Amino acid sequence: MAVASAEASAPARLDVLAIRALLFWLVNYRRTWRGSIYTSVANPVLYLGAMGLGLGTLVDQHGTGRLGGVSYLAFLAPGLLASTAMQTAMAESTFPVMAAVKWLKTYQAAVATPLRPADLFRGHLLFTALRTLMNAAIFLAVMAAFGAVRSAWVIAALPVCVLTGLAFAAPIEAFAITQDKDTTFSLLYRFGLIPLFLFSGTFFPVTQLPGWLQPVAYATPLWHGVALCRSLSLGTAQVGSSLIHVAYLALFAVAGLLAGQHFYRRRLYV
Amino acid sequence: MAVLGLTVTVSGHAVDRAAKTRSETVGNPRYGLSVPDSDVLIRAAGLTKRFGEFTAVDGIDFELRRGEAFGFLGPNGAGKSSTMRMIGCVSPPTSGTLTILGLDSVAAGQAIRGRLGVVPQEDTLDVDLTVRENLLVYGRYFGLSRSVIAERTTRLLEFVQLADRAGDQVDPLSGGMKRRLTIARSLINEPEILLLDEPTTGLDPQARHVVWDRLFRLKQQGVTLVLTTHYMDEAEQLCDRLVVMDAGKIAAGGSPPELISQYSTPEVLELRFQPSDHDQAAEKLADFPAERIEVLADRLLLYVADGDAALAAARARGVEPLTSLVRRSTLEDVFLRLTGRRLED
Repeated sequence: MAVASAEASAPARLDVLAIRALLFWLVNYRRTWRGSIYTSVANPVLYLGAMGLGLGTLVDQHGTGRLGGVSYLAFLAPGLLASTAMQTAMAESTFPVMAAVKWLKTYQAAVATPLRPADLFRGHLLFTALRTLMNAAIFLAVMAAFGAVRSAWVIAALPVCVLTGLAFAAPIEAFAITQDKDTTFSLLYRFGLIPLFLFSGTFFPVTQLPGWLQPVAYATPLWHGVALCRSLSLGTAQVGSSLIHVAYLALFAVAGLLAGQHFYRRRLYV
Repeated sequence: MAVLGLTVTVSGHAVDRAAKTRSETVGNPRYGLSVPDSDVLIRAAGLTKRFGEFTAVDGIDFELRRGEAFGFLGPNGAGKSSTMRMIGCVSPPTSGTLTILGLDSVAAGQAIRGRLGVVPQEDTLDVDLTVRENLLVYGRYFGLSRSVIAERTTRLLEFVQLADRAGDQVDPLSGGMKRRLTIARSLINEPEILLLDEPTTGLDPQARHVVWDRLFRLKQQGVTLVLTTHYMDEAEQLCDRLVVMDAGKIAAGGSPPELISQYSTPEVLELRFQPSDHDQAAEKLADFPAERIEVLADRLLLYVADGDAALAAARARGVEPLTSLVRRSTLEDVFLRLTGRRLED
């Protein structure tokens, strides 16, 4: 098996192995994609309708100076876009990992082949990135239909969403693979996802928070995703701050990647 | 190999010599088999696996030849599955060496896994997918093309008698069908060695026989089988050679008839008594001229050359059992002799 031994030594083939692992998720997704598309479309319609238009009318009547002089809908929509990336990434990187390693043991089946734990991890991250891109693209289309886009630069928000997704997915998957019960996931949602969703600048500028809380918001990866998406959608993005946001998100993604490769190996090679 | 019963004591010298000239014939260090080195597919020396303080596998040595069906027989917790996981290159040994297909199990794990087929103890099928999709995904893990997978899928599903279920979801299949599908899946890469960890545990007797039949056919086709089991009938039916494992160590090894002749008598007389008479009967037979007597909780086992003669002799001593049974010795008796315990307790 010259082929297999070549794979062991040639790093260029690593991605090929991760793509083999990706196929597992794609074949599974083929069963559930219809339902997931419904959610992907319904969510932005409901949120942009209720909050952007409904609540937004009220907000706009009281002046939007603190929002940067744009309508609440235009302010809110890119924030929700980044939050959608986070939520998609979290949903893909918690329970599906538990199912693969514990409930169905499909990971255990896969490591008996030439695939290594790191290949499974990267394959799943690839799938998570694809799902994030898909949901972000649908969200963006709905956003455009609501007239909430101010600049063509918003297209660049799609890769930003993927990066935001990975900044969450990589560390969370690294954590999920170490877990034996899914109860910690509910805690992660309750004390992680929901506070981030509410207080990372999605619904109101972080400057509205009490002074001591503002640095906490700036430290969260979601705030950087929100700020970047918002500046792109409003056409106010600047190179310097954008690079800082990207670097901050990339830091989380890379740290998660390194941790995940370690923890996947520790869990699957015992 | 017609060298049954020949016991060669540990010979490090012979192994050293083999390392120099691969074609030379060497003595297996422990189980009295003499085979050309190139036919040895798996060689373990001092193989050890510890989990913290617990030693699951305690320095075992064995060799496995091309084309044979090799078994690890032992009760739950004997270290069989840990050994299998090390052979499957998904569990790095704590110490010792393990060479598979001429490659080091740790350094070349990925290359080795590409040439193994694995049937794990628990089903790891993707129950949401169809039978065919399971084989597709698994075949892709080995880098096989879709057309090769499609062709092999047809053949393999035919072989495991699931051809008519190819398009069905896996979830509602019976336990036996899932096991057969797992076997088909393990063959998708046309492995040189097939590893089966407790292949029929949890199956009903009928489903077990179907699985045995398929495994026997694979053996006939020349596939090298390595299996663990705690069923002595499974070991007797399938294994050319086996090792008896207990508490992480290998207690004995050889072919089933070899082990039986070495560690047991040709026949066993089983005597059952009223619970109230049990102890008294055991006392009466304490000095009975059997090779060995085992006093179990519910019966007495007398290891003798001639069971009927022994029964007559026992009756002559005034022992009147409720029921009696004369049978051949089995691997169960070997295990009892070696460990003092029964296999399936």
